[in-house]
Amino acid sequence: MYAIEANNLTKRFGTLLAVDHVSFSVEEGEIFGFLGPNGAGKTTTINMLTTLLNPTEGSAKVGGFDVEKEDAKVREIIGLVPQDLTVDEDLTGMENMWLQAKLYHVPTKVAKERIAEALELVGMTNAANRKVETYSGGMRKRLELAEGLIHQPKVLFLDEPTLGLDVQTRVVIWEYVKKLRDEHKITMFLTTHYMEEADVLCDRIAIIDRGKIVALDTPQNLKDGLGGDIIELEFNRGIDDQTKTLGSLSQVKDVKKIGDMYRIKVSKGEKALPEIMESLLKMNLKISRASLVKPTLDQVYLEYTGRYLREAQGDMGEIWRRMRTLRRMRG
Amino acid sequence: MISETVALTKREVKKWLKNPFLLFMMFVQPVIWLGLFGKAFNLSGLISVPSDLLSQLPPQLQEQVPILLNQMISETFGGTTDYFTYMAAGMLSVIILFTAMFSGMSIVWDRRFGFLNKLLVAPISRGSIIFAKVASSVIRGMFQALLIFSIAFAFGLQVGDAFGILDFLGIFAALFLLSLGLSSMFLAIAIRIKRHETVIAVANLLNLPLMFASNALFPISQMPKWLQTVANINPISYAGDAVRAFILHSNTGFDAAKVAADFQFLIGFALILSLAGVLVARTALRKG
Repeated sequence: MYAIEANNLTKRFGTLLAVDHVSFSVEEGEIFGFLGPNGAGKTTTINMLTTLLNPTEGSAKVGGFDVEKEDAKVREIIGLVPQDLTVDEDLTGMENMWLQAKLYHVPTKVAKERIAEALELVGMTNAANRKVETYSGGMRKRLELAEGLIHQPKVLFLDEPTLGLDVQTRVVIWEYVKKLRDEHKITMFLTTHYMEEADVLCDRIAIIDRGKIVALDTPQNLKDGLGGDIIELEFNRGIDDQTKTLGSLSQVKDVKKIGDMYRIKVSKGEKALPEIMESLLKMNLKISRASLVKPTLDQVYLEYTGRYLREAQGDMGEIWRRMRTLRRMRG
Repeated sequence: MISETVALTKREVKKWLKNPFLLFMMFVQPVIWLGLFGKAFNLSGLISVPSDLLSQLPPQLQEQVPILLNQMISETFGGTTDYFTYMAAGMLSVIILFTAMFSGMSIVWDRRFGFLNKLLVAPISRGSIIFAKVASSVIRGMFQALLIFSIAFAFGLQVGDAFGILDFLGIFAALFLLSLGLSSMFLAIAIRIKRHETVIAVANLLNLPLMFASNALFPISQMPKWLQTVANINPISYAGDAVRAFILHSNTGFDAAKVAADFQFLIGFALILSLAGVLVARTALRKG
């Protein structure tokens, strides 16, 4: 049985197709990521999977329960770490934890242990008796994570877990998320618009663009799917166009010359680079600069959507329109 | 369901107990209302006959006139010549109105900060979210009313000579019913609203007319006919009337039939509005 199964999951808000016939399945114990720019339909998908919204079309199961017809059962087994910081500022960390325990009907004795354990896991034991008001953004997020664990959910949904946090804090949160998966074997579904986050955390990634999944695989396979690594080469001055020579080498799949630089596509960059250099030196072609560019998810995103993720983020007009509609509809 | 409601109610109560500024305001606001407004308006002084005019009257009338005037005032003001006492009784209902507004405000905050979503994702009944809001608003209203009552007492509230513990309980029973109805009403109004500015605007729009078109500050009998009509269906008037009757409970005058009628209205009001409120809120919380 899959932890999450979505079949043609669709959400329409008026004329806006926020999520467009999305299908995927998540294995138990997997960290599955939805990567895409703001307004791509990530939060709407999470809202449907966590029973906050009903799908317009299609269906989804979480832990084997239908999110529309068996929503009460779904709620029993999931946890949500929402995009907004929803811990109550006026209460202490501990009080927030207890409230969460009560909401999930965790017996007092068990709750006591689990709260201590969860706070320890996210490194918040010492701050637990302070008002949340005094916490930093990263601490709030960690408390939010800890709250998500009290009832030991089978599936934990993380909506943009590191949104708005600085780089160091982000790395800390990543560590906690990984620890959670390793120690508790929780299936996790996360959305993000940070490339590195998807790359570091996720076992598999679905790239989502304008409500559609355009690619779905492991980060490595997605990168490999680009056709390998790229070597950038420049020769000493006075050497003629060597495109043909390069193209004839056995390791080389493709060569493009951009100005003085040659962009060479190879399958295993680390191995190919010294081999190619050796061959060229034997031909007495002196190299002035060589570098190996590993494919990034950024390039994967470019490959599938025709634009860079940061460009997609930068198209404020479209994002603004989509976000406004989504926010209005989601409430 | 009950344990969830209790946990959520506790959260609300903790939230305002932990806010010293809010507590301070809760204390200061009634002092200002009662002290400045209630005390500034000296009713019997205003309507009494000046002594130089009085001395021109025949001696037998000189004694009669003030008594007559006081009787008139007392008649109009439901049995007291002390405006402070009249108004303090009304303020108890008004403060319930003002605190009830918070039930609406807080659900909008919860929605805005995503806390509501967290509750909707949890395996709890939708009803408990609503009940907790109403319950905490009622608790807060009762607390505020108790505060006002104590302050009014300290400022010289003139209770009737037969005032006892039962009257005290009666006051809070009437206020409880009023609070239940009004809190449910504001919750139902606010549950679909997404901005707190809107709630404040709506609450202000409702609060001032509800306060002035009632017997809380002025007697209904002196109002123009059309306003009397409004005041006579205003729940604040009924609670105000019952509270005043209990406060002024004297050996000579206690209109039990009228108080019973007041309670009849208040019970109906509380029942209908809390049921309607729960229904509206439940529908609004259903997912789209």
